[in-house]
Amino acid sequence: MDSALQDKIPTFGAKGQKADVSLGGGMSSLMSGPSRSAFEIFIIIMVAVVIIGGTELAIRLLEVPLYIFPPPSAIGMALVTEWPFLWPHLVTTLCELLIGFSIGASVGFVLAAVITQFPFAEKIITPYILLLVTTPMLALVPLLVLRFGFGWEPRIIAVALASGPMVMINSATGFRRVDLAKIALARSFGASTFQIFTKIRIPMAMPMIMVGLMVGSIFGLLTTVGAEMVGGAEGLGNRLNYYSSMIRMPQFFAVITLLAVIGISIYVIFFLIGKKWTSWES
Amino acid sequence: MLAASGSSVDAQNSVKMTVDGASKFYQTRSGGVHALDDVSIKVREGEFLCLLGPSGCGKSTLLWSMAGLHGLSGGEIRLGSEKITKPHPEIAMIFQEANLLPWRNLARNIELPFEIKKQDPDRERINKLLKRVGLEGFETKYPRELSGGMQQRASIVRSLAVNPSVLLMDEPFGALDAFTRDEMNLLIQEIWMETGKTIIFITHSISEAVFLADRIVVMSARPGRIANIVDVDLPRPRPVKIQTTPDFLDRVEAIKAMIDHRPS
Ligand SMILES: Nc1ncnc2c1ncn2[C@@H]1O[C@H](COP(=O)(O)OP(=O)(O)OP(=O)(O)O)[C@@H](O)[C@H]1O
Ligand SMILES: [Mg+2]
Repeated sequence: MDSALQDKIPTFGAKGQKADVSLGGGMSSLMSGPSRSAFEIFIIIMVAVVIIGGTELAIRLLEVPLYIFPPPSAIGMALVTEWPFLWPHLVTTLCELLIGFSIGASVGFVLAAVITQFPFAEKIITPYILLLVTTPMLALVPLLVLRFGFGWEPRIIAVALASGPMVMINSATGFRRVDLAKIALARSFGASTFQIFTKIRIPMAMPMIMVGLMVGSIFGLLTTVGAEMVGGAEGLGNRLNYYSSMIRMPQFFAVITLLAVIGISIYVIFFLIGKKWTSWES
Repeated sequence: MLAASGSSVDAQNSVKMTVDGASKFYQTRSGGVHALDDVSIKVREGEFLCLLGPSGCGKSTLLWSMAGLHGLSGGEIRLGSEKITKPHPEIAMIFQEANLLPWRNLARNIELPFEIKKQDPDRERINKLLKRVGLEGFETKYPRELSGGMQQRASIVRSLAVNPSVLLMDEPFGALDAFTRDEMNLLIQEIWMETGKTIIFITHSISEAVFLADRIVVMSARPGRIANIVDVDLPRPRPVKIQTTPDFLDRVEAIKAMIDHRPS
């Protein structure tokens, strides 16, 4: 049972407003950016057209050499012609990201849910989690390569280590926002500890969980690509090394374009999920 | 549909809930708090009982024990002859500030108790109740889209939907403005008269207690004790304007004197 709750009569109105240590606490704005009208979206697209067109024009007029900065048209061409060689690397990167992030996020989420139930343990563990959040996990890759070789293992471990703590620390902030009155409500209808968890605690923590997942996945992408650059024989990060060493700049920028698309897609996915699950907060 | 549950035989006198010598100590880091001291109340079947007392006199502590949400240090609570040690399906609690879940719309809020009890929601009953409190057509609205009064009406529907026989209300209308409060008091009186539920209602407001109650349990603080029990035999249904009649005001004054003259 929730032994900690047995004797607490909630003070209504002042709902668990203690200051929390959390990274990304201010990132809530990520989830609830202003919604845009069709006109504004049109303008955004126009700006993109102007920037791409302008770059193209400037590079052609100034006759910038291809190996310094390729024009957008060349990048587009490279993306098309190089696609048959690029897509396996894209799949590799996505798989590593997905697997590493899934492992890290699940462990982080469960740890956050459990640890916030035990204030003492939480106080002890939190500094170490912060350490994991702030230390770039990329730094571990050379070490992991020594142990596991140039396969996918070091990368997945690094991604899990980079995203997990981020998910954990934000979820914990969410789980700490307990509203005793709502828990008492569920209990008064006979809810079990598990039901209180699924029907009250998780939904209450959801906005912060979403922030954790979003920031964690972006951290994960960063680490995936970095790990591939440091210690990988495949993946988009490895391709960046490869094309830059061959001074094949259009192909290099084609890879960067792919990475940008992955990053934006991650953002959009979590933005849409977040909108559905956390709209009640605003 | 909204008919009284429980026996009607000898309804005037049969005891619904018993508080027997209830005491409660809270242990805190700064020492112990003696919140309740030997409180005994017999709540009659179908009566409207108000708990009235100054802040901190242990009203919530007592109500939470009656809801089975926390234990006592001494004494016991019984529903009929059954000892209350954990939340009981016959007893529903209504909280201050409605306590709706902001991530659920009104319909899903009302379904919460059914979900917890793993039952199918009694749609017919829910719809009747919604209609009764004037919330029909608001099912898809979220709490933030409803006024304070509407939210509290929704929480009343949520509690009544599972058809408990005892309603425990902890200052349910304390956060509402005076007009909405009168409106809600009328509504709860009507619902009580229609359903015959046993209601135990906490309030700070003497006139609210006199308006609603059959009996008022006046409590004093530190430690929380029963100072007095006052019968209110005003005829029902009581209209809002009864609150300005001399008889009503006399009763309010009498209780006020009772509280003022008690050494704290
Ligand atoms: N969890 C707790 N731990 C320690 N002391 C508590 C706890 N809950 C209540 N108390 C103390 O017990 C006493 C009675 O509290 P309670 O909330 O029951 O009073 P109340 O009559 O409901 O007051 P109010 O009218 O302000 O709601 C108070 O002195 C309060 O400080
Ligand atoms: Mg109280």
